[in-house]
Amino acid sequence: MNREWSRFNIVSVVLGFAFLYTPIVLLVIYSFNASRLVTVWGGFSTKWYVSLMSNQGILSAAWVTLRVGLISASVATVLGTMAAVSLTRYTRFRGRLLFSGMVYAPIVMPDVISGLSLLLLFVAVDFDRGFWTVTLAHISFAMCFVAVVVQSRLVTFDRSLEEAAMDLGATPTRTFFLVTLPVIAPAVLAGWMLAFTLSLDDLVIASFTSGPGATTLPMKIYSQVRLGVTPEINAVCTILIGLVTAGVLVASVVTKRRAVQKARDEQAAARA
Amino acid sequence: MQGFLSLLGRRLVIIVPYLWLIVFFLVPFVIVFKISLSQTAIRMPPYVPVFDGTATWAKLRQLSFDNYLWLTGDALYAKAYLTSLGVAAVSTALTFCIGYPLAYGMARAPRSLRPTLLMLVILPFWTSFLIRVYAWIGILKPEGLLSQLLIWAGLIHEPLHILNTYVAVYIGIVYSYLPFMVLPIYAGLEKMDPSLIEAAEDLGCPPAAAFWKVTFPLSLPSVIAGSFLVFIPAVGEFVIPDLLGGSSTLMIGKTLWNEFFANRDWPIASAVAVVLLVILVIPIVIFQHTQARAEERSR
Repeated sequence: MNREWSRFNIVSVVLGFAFLYTPIVLLVIYSFNASRLVTVWGGFSTKWYVSLMSNQGILSAAWVTLRVGLISASVATVLGTMAAVSLTRYTRFRGRLLFSGMVYAPIVMPDVISGLSLLLLFVAVDFDRGFWTVTLAHISFAMCFVAVVVQSRLVTFDRSLEEAAMDLGATPTRTFFLVTLPVIAPAVLAGWMLAFTLSLDDLVIASFTSGPGATTLPMKIYSQVRLGVTPEINAVCTILIGLVTAGVLVASVVTKRRAVQKARDEQAAARA
Repeated sequence: MQGFLSLLGRRLVIIVPYLWLIVFFLVPFVIVFKISLSQTAIRMPPYVPVFDGTATWAKLRQLSFDNYLWLTGDALYAKAYLTSLGVAAVSTALTFCIGYPLAYGMARAPRSLRPTLLMLVILPFWTSFLIRVYAWIGILKPEGLLSQLLIWAGLIHEPLHILNTYVAVYIGIVYSYLPFMVLPIYAGLEKMDPSLIEAAEDLGCPPAAAFWKVTFPLSLPSVIAGSFLVFIPAVGEFVIPDLLGGSSTLMIGKTLWNEFFANRDWPIASAVAVVLLVILVIPIVIFQHTQARAEERSR
């Protein structure tokens, strides 16, 4: 599609983005509010950020969340990539329909069902609930998102590259690590980031599967929000939004640089 | 030996994620079903186990459908299911009404601008869901920013009472799930061949009619995919009705949560989950079917 951008199109894009961004921008602005009342502006202040630094509960919850996120995203990326490779490469094996069903279903499954069912599993096998149960639960739902992201890249992958490597004597395993993985690396990285943010974000599944001593940041934020909106929560949220925005911007700049570099290399190669 | 190893490697690529999903996705559902057939007890875990692998006739007779009878006996549950389906349907329609023009506008934007617009749609998706729902509390409260703005503008004189109503739930769902609707529709429209519209217009079709006769029908598969991505999770949504809907709204995700955490009635919570799953099986299967077809086509 490449036709003129009408006034109607511009208005709908502007209004759509205004709807998406106004609440986030207001949240950030009000985290610098001096007044304790969240909706009354009492002047600029950073005191909520200062008081946050001495809030042990929030800091330890943030540490738990970070560890759960790093471990679960990494394992989910490995498992999800394997699932994506099996679904695209092996179009026929026993139970493939069940397999693809189990990969797509968790993506739309309501959180309350996934959370409850995983908790009942952990209770049934008498596994102590805490840090590791939350991590296992997050691996299980995040790997499906990774699988879908990596799969969308694999279907457009030029298989003749792999065939060439194998004709030259590389084993399938070597071919995967030397040829396939470098090509699909951006999708794998995107899958990892998605898995990580899904883990940082999850309240419902973590609440079901967590145990004593493993309170994650969303659980902490949720219990505070139930007690009332406080500027301190706005400050936590602003920090999280800042980190995520920085991460996404860095990732997009890196991919853009690499694309430019690649184009330059190709031009140089063509000239040579 | 080499051949054996590579065969083993190939098998492992399938077997490891397969087994993981069976253990952490399929088996838990079987357990939920099993516990939904057991009786509540005051102990830890709070239910009487029904079978322990040895399914004899005597054991099978212990199975109790009391929990399901309880669900049908109390009109509250039926109402919660129906309301959830209604709220999800209305929110999906609203998300479509806002998402389609946005996706269409993005797809027609100058080519150089599109990656930026796409990133702007994805970015809120990366920031926490909980935070985005929380942000609306400050806006929708009676003394919140929306009321303040409208009173200042002279449009209303009394503060608005939107928070803790279904209107707030609609706003929350549309807001949180908008990227799920926009992204598939944008992807579909972006791929569309512009010469199709040109052909329609060359043949004398006015632009509006060309949109309804050519563009819209061709974008329908992505509209359907986007609608399912919004509708299915919205039916079982917990965070939005809990934080924005308050105690006056009734939705099944919240009912399940309360049965589990407040009443500590695990068998009833399991029965609620099983019935919810049965209701959602049809949309989930249709969704998977369309996904699989799209996957076949892109191959």
